[in-house]
Amino acid sequence: MGEDAVVDAFINEKDGHRPYVVINSSRWTQAALTLRDHEELQCNYLRNLSGVDQETHLEVAYHLLALGSKREYCVKVKTDREQPSIPSATPIWPTANWNEREVYDLLGINFPGHPDLRRIMMPDDWVGHPLRKDYEPLDPEV
Amino acid sequence: MLRTEELLLNVGPQHPSTHGVFRVIVKLDGEIIREAIPVMGYLHRGTEKLAEDLSYTQIIPYTDRMDYVSAMTNNYVLVHAVEKMMQLEVPERAEFLRLIVMELQRIASHMVWWGTYLLDIGAMSPFLYAFRDREIIIDLFNELCGARLTYNYMRVGGVKWDAPEGWIDKVRKFVPYMRDKLEEYHNLVSGNEIFLSRIKGIGKYDAETAIAYGLSGANLRCTGVDWDIRKTQPYSLYNRFEFDVPVRTGGDCHDRYLLRMEEVKQSLRILEQAVEQFPAEGETMGKVPRVIRPAEGEVYAAIESPRGEIGCYIISRGKQEPFRLKFRRPSFVNLQILPKLLVGETMTNLITILGGIDIVVGEVDA
Repeated sequence: MGEDAVVDAFINEKDGHRPYVVINSSRWTQAALTLRDHEELQCNYLRNLSGVDQETHLEVAYHLLALGSKREYCVKVKTDREQPSIPSATPIWPTANWNEREVYDLLGINFPGHPDLRRIMMPDDWVGHPLRKDYEPLDPEV
Repeated sequence: MLRTEELLLNVGPQHPSTHGVFRVIVKLDGEIIREAIPVMGYLHRGTEKLAEDLSYTQIIPYTDRMDYVSAMTNNYVLVHAVEKMMQLEVPERAEFLRLIVMELQRIASHMVWWGTYLLDIGAMSPFLYAFRDREIIIDLFNELCGARLTYNYMRVGGVKWDAPEGWIDKVRKFVPYMRDKLEEYHNLVSGNEIFLSRIKGIGKYDAETAIAYGLSGANLRCTGVDWDIRKTQPYSLYNRFEFDVPVRTGGDCHDRYLLRMEEVKQSLRILEQAVEQFPAEGETMGKVPRVIRPAEGEVYAAIESPRGEIGCYIISRGKQEPFRLKFRRPSFVNLQILPKLLVGETMTNLITILGGIDIVVGEVDA
């Protein structure tokens, strides 16, 4: 996968000792395939996908689960605020489809490789991405 | 060869069989669906954004309004996540009360599903039976917390109200009553030939598809995957009670129907044991700081709601309000498989398949 794939890794003790891994976004597709297909990992179930605005950068957290061994991981991919883009996980876990649309809609992160990246919650002509920390509504009355 | 022109048809958003304001655009060739495009967001209230300006206790009523058919489990997932984050102990009596209301809620939720599903398919009377019996549970909740639908009952560290006198006895009496009625439901519907021909073999998918689409709850277990968070990653007091997780392998609407009916039976089993072991006295609130301010960090907590895995992902920066709060909503995730299932089906089966998934639109849109 290359040595630069894993940016950071730690155990979150509060979260039931869940292992956290931060992956370099340029290696994400490869890493995701490894996570799903490697015989010791077999993370076949994507439980949860959430986009986060960390103020300095944006990130997406993937909560993965191997149904067979019950092992769990949290994988994070960071991206920059100006041109946010993370390779889509939909070809790997189809359940990412609407979740990525939601993140795109509410946080404005692009997912190259997504089959149908449109807004899902907000109207199509909405301006801005409401879950961003610096979001200012067009009409403050709304 | 005879050809019909492709017809574009809007199902919903205002349509009783979409269980809320949900819309599907279908491209029809005669009566066969060629493509289905779900459109949602009509009920989007921005719960996650609103939560960023609210304290944890203030968020609880918002969770009631997500999956409004099963508000108790929604309450639980939030307080459970905060308790996990702050490593709080919950008194036994409070935890028992929570478990009892969650299982009652599961039954009530499946009753709503059963009644409305059969109404969708064309049977009127089951709806009346289901709501008659659900009313008993709603009355129990009303007595407990003064609300029929949006309970706002649980708190970080316990529950808001203790059970009034005689309440546990009412739950105890409800168990055999409901068992009896469940038998009645089966006699009324489960063997009906028209009903069976409408749901058998419809909306079929296999385990691999279900896992890839992240389905949970009965939608996952109907394909033979034995995954119920109450058993596989126990929370609350579930590891103290004996109950089975029903699993079937057909993967069609009929299997999902039977699973939900069986789950009601298992919930009754849990309730029966829970009221027997219910502690006679004790606190209903644990030792909780006056201001709930979890230290910096993040957790993901998931529980089994009637619709599947409901999860809560909290990122705290040490403030009273969460920095980011994300709900993993089972209805939203389960609904994704709909366009795939609908291709090549007839229009009538659209309602059967959509109903079989069991969605609550308040949760789809959050």
